[in-house]
Amino acid sequence: MQELLLDIRGLRTQFFTDDGLARAVDGVSYSLEKGETVGVVGESGCGKSVTALSILRLIPDPPGKIVDGEIIFEGTDLLHLSSADMRRIRGNDISMIFQEPMTSLNPVFTIGNQITEAVRLHQGLNKRDALAKAVEALKLVGIPVPERRVHEYPHQLSGGMRQRAMIAMALSCNPKVLIADEPTTALDVTIEAQILDLMRTLQDELGTAIIMITHDLGVIADIARKVVVMYAGKVVEQAPVEQIFGSPNHPYTQGLLQSLPRVDKDASGAKQRLQEIPGIVPSLLNLPAGCKFASRCPSVMPQCHEQEPPLEPVAPNHYSACWLNH
Amino acid sequence: MAAETLLEVNNLKKYFPIKGGVFSQTIGYVYAVDDVSFTVDKGETLGLVGESGCGKSTTGRSILRLIEPTDGKIYFEGQDVTALDKNAMRSLRREMQIIFQDPYASLNPRMTVGSIVGEPLEIHKIARGSEKTERVASLLQKVGLRAEDMRKYPHEFSGGQRQRIGIARAIALNPKLIVCDEPVSALDVSIQAQVINLLEDLQEEFGLSYLFIAHNLNVVEHISDRVAVMYLGQIVELAPDTDLYNDPQHPYTEALLSAVPIPDPTVTKKRIILEGDVPSPIDPPSGCHFHTRCMYKEKICEEEAPEFKHIGSGHWVACHFRPKA
Repeated sequence: MQELLLDIRGLRTQFFTDDGLARAVDGVSYSLEKGETVGVVGESGCGKSVTALSILRLIPDPPGKIVDGEIIFEGTDLLHLSSADMRRIRGNDISMIFQEPMTSLNPVFTIGNQITEAVRLHQGLNKRDALAKAVEALKLVGIPVPERRVHEYPHQLSGGMRQRAMIAMALSCNPKVLIADEPTTALDVTIEAQILDLMRTLQDELGTAIIMITHDLGVIADIARKVVVMYAGKVVEQAPVEQIFGSPNHPYTQGLLQSLPRVDKDASGAKQRLQEIPGIVPSLLNLPAGCKFASRCPSVMPQCHEQEPPLEPVAPNHYSACWLNH
Repeated sequence: MAAETLLEVNNLKKYFPIKGGVFSQTIGYVYAVDDVSFTVDKGETLGLVGESGCGKSTTGRSILRLIEPTDGKIYFEGQDVTALDKNAMRSLRREMQIIFQDPYASLNPRMTVGSIVGEPLEIHKIARGSEKTERVASLLQKVGLRAEDMRKYPHEFSGGQRQRIGIARAIALNPKLIVCDEPVSALDVSIQAQVINLLEDLQEEFGLSYLFIAHNLNVVEHISDRVAVMYLGQIVELAPDTDLYNDPQHPYTEALLSAVPIPDPTVTKKRIILEGDVPSPIDPPSGCHFHTRCMYKEKICEEEAPEFKHIGSGHWVACHFRPKA
């Protein structure tokens, strides 16, 4: 049994908007072990990013608020820490990389400046050592001529290089957990392959645990060991990666997998029409009672509209929230 | 296949001038599209893939002359599109339509869906009044929306539904060719399948031809009959889709295909990781544009641009060392 590093229990994050209460994250639980990669997958608005921001307590308040749940990191509940203690964890023990490297880097500071800020703050290094550390971090993520790049501004780097710089910054304090929120979505496929490859290598070398948030099941299959599937603020299925792709239990997971065009399958035989999931995701402001997926589910039963199915084991390490399993 | 050619593009070029200096002189060019040739048959879907900045969207827009091409010829049903004056071009656009990537940005937020979809009917004097309303209603139903939706505004719809509105507008004039510029890239996976299926259904019903531009190889491969791969303003390979996947010839195609994430953890494949980034189209590398990132590079690649040659059964490639001797 591996060592538990981060445990999210019954997290509820809500946004109090002018249009009403949005239950963005509604009772989400999942955990992360040391050195493990968990993939969180789901469509826009399913709450995967809000869960991640809740872990770091980066939810803008107001309008957002974590109303319930626990986030246990190495035995302490992050939700009960003071702001100062939380700052010591953020960027040091748990760090995050974002989808859009251009908007998450500060355009008026050099790359080096932004990396040294974190290491000077968290590790108390002096200016010279911090700069050396920044160069080393850039070298680690495969940026050529790091001694020169460290003095450059974000706009002088290409998209792939910027994402590498972001990763360098996130890893500069040797965090135990790296949260990657759609890190390759804005990148071209050949650059995406470079970044995924880099993340895998770094994980092997540094033993960082990764929470990989993405809507791309291809990326999940590639990098994750455990997969959490989210829908409308809930975890609907959770299992090791082989089981999610090999024997998906929840109708939503099944639908997602069938709706994907596959270059490898299409080319090997006659093309099949894509299976579509009818309808659209329900609005978070006005969620239906019962199972949130009921209105789009091909095997819906009367019970689904009335009661919410609990997340229950269907096989070892495999959990699913569906009344069909009863 | 004795298919009829609908669109023929010959040596299309688009150079965007870069202005600079005190008197805004032209100090250089962005070689966005640099000598591209291909054809689209009636009822066919030609996929155009490539990474950002490779010129695929510029190619699509040049065909409709939404961007004026710098050089080259475009023939639509034998008629030279580049020689048409403004009015003739406008009436030709009845036959050629475009669907854009961003369904949020390509619909006027202040117009109702009814006027967005009905506008082309009015401009081209096809229908007015109650006849127009009827046509719009049937178009909306065709793309999976309801007739009542014509009174609503774009913001009342989800992303997938907005893309359906864009499609309804594009098919309003019964065009023969639709340029689809990344039509599903902004959509969620479950919605993406809905829109792809809709495009396929419409193609079958109306015998449409598509030029399908996208960066997602899984999607392009699924919908296309033939696929052209672009790199830095040029087509490096063009082939029927199964050939392209099973037997990629150009080293870039090979790398691109190997980099596609496959949603199946049991598939282990050898990934070719390309070094570096795409060079700038302002100053593309000499010889073969791909030589800076190519794993098979030799001296000749730096010096001479390879010829785009036919290697059999509709498979074209631009590489000095393909097919392998």
